[in-house]
Amino acid sequence: MLHILLDSLAMIALCYVMGFLFRGFYRQFNARLQRRWGPSIWQNFYDNLKFLLKSETLIHGPMFFFGPIIIAAGAITTVLFIPFLKDSIWLQGVSAHGNLILIIYLLVVGPLGNALAVGSSGNPFGVMGVTRGLTRLMGLEVPFFLGLALVMLQHETASVQAIMAAQDSIAHWNLITNPLAFAVILLPFIASQNGSPFDVVGAPVEVYAGPRVEFGGRLLGVLMTQNMMMTVAKLVLMVDLFLGGASNIFELIAKAFALFLLTTAISATFPRLKTEQTVDFFWTVPLGVAVLGVILNVWLI
Amino acid sequence: MYHKSACEGFQCEQQLLESSLSQADAGLGVVERLVGWLRQRSLFVLAYGTGCGAIEMRPLMTSRFDAERFGIIGAATPRQADVLVISGYLAIKTLKRVIRSYEQMQEPKYVIALGSCTINGGMYWDSYNTIKCLDHYIPVDMYVNGCMPRPESLIEGFSALQARIGRGEPSGYQRYRDNIDWYKANQRRVLGDNMPPAYTYDWYSGGAV
Repeated sequence: MLHILLDSLAMIALCYVMGFLFRGFYRQFNARLQRRWGPSIWQNFYDNLKFLLKSETLIHGPMFFFGPIIIAAGAITTVLFIPFLKDSIWLQGVSAHGNLILIIYLLVVGPLGNALAVGSSGNPFGVMGVTRGLTRLMGLEVPFFLGLALVMLQHETASVQAIMAAQDSIAHWNLITNPLAFAVILLPFIASQNGSPFDVVGAPVEVYAGPRVEFGGRLLGVLMTQNMMMTVAKLVLMVDLFLGGASNIFELIAKAFALFLLTTAISATFPRLKTEQTVDFFWTVPLGVAVLGVILNVWLI
Repeated sequence: MYHKSACEGFQCEQQLLESSLSQADAGLGVVERLVGWLRQRSLFVLAYGTGCGAIEMRPLMTSRFDAERFGIIGAATPRQADVLVISGYLAIKTLKRVIRSYEQMQEPKYVIALGSCTINGGMYWDSYNTIKCLDHYIPVDMYVNGCMPRPESLIEGFSALQARIGRGEPSGYQRYRDNIDWYKANQRRVLGDNMPPAYTYDWYSGGAV
């Protein structure tokens, strides 16, 4: 019991630290591309703590306060159900009791809590952001889940640990053995991280930060915290499924960072798509490849 | 700092950044100093482009002067902002919106007034529909004078504000809280019947306005 408690706290702390450092790197990377110096790598940590230390004077009914709590609870639960390391008793959380299908369900808790909170705030820009977010979710989920299903089909299991254990050497990484699934999942993954070509939901200029328009102070701090943790949780899930997992923390950070660098480079290259363009894109290219992959996996191989 | 010969251009800004981060404390506890240090490193700016000063905010935020290396970044809404930058003259019609925006910001919040128009009306000193002294209507933490001030002077103003936040000195929002009746009376004098409705600010004085 004590072990699980310590382990969970360690996972949450690792996720938070990795989260703000990765985000800080992202801001510096973008700044250098724009020929600026950019903020320090700790900037997201400062921003987050500053928001947690601010006052909160808004009153929009109880749901407005429960929403961020629901989102944060969803993020922490997701973190705890993803095994961070293989062949180790540490950084496992409660992942032995869950599997990939449960994680798929937990990934939707965030947008749901967001919709509940923003809906009760009644701000038209927030509602517009949530509408865009849910539309994008509709677009990205189908290829994303088909990609995950391809991995589950390949290994005939839904257990993340079993999938990780099956990739024992670099030749057995799913990235090598099942590149189609990786190709399917990569772009929806960027969209679920709110990365650049698909970041119309929180567009600061168009919809005034979208779903977050009405949040300020502590609630925004909670939202930032969960966002950073969720970024790392999804990266670690991708590392587990496609890059063979990691046997120690340094390997985990290196692999997650490599994947983050790939998505950052893609985000920095492509400009923002409109909502309907996003959905159109997801329902043609990644979904087409995914259907092709399912046909290849089920009937031909 | 810009008139000294010890530094030049970019070096001056870097020196400002570094000097504002290492300053003596004003008899504060460890926690207060830490909180002040965190707050000064992260300022979200709501740039209220009322006058010509708005044009100076663009080079400040983009690649040439890059305010993001000071932790200064634009905020999308007043709810998320720490600093309200009033860039230039304020028409009475605009003042009402500025007051609403200021009151929507979460504490601690700061106001930077940009240009001479905010100090004494500037070239609009005899205009019938602009206010002359911004500090009578919302509490100003830092004035950056000039017509218009260059982005360098804005950076200097921002780092002076950062130094003040880091020292934990009482700032404008506390003044606004303490003297809410005086500020509201001043606002009522120029706005007249156009005052924002009472429910937008009555929580300042515990519901008794």
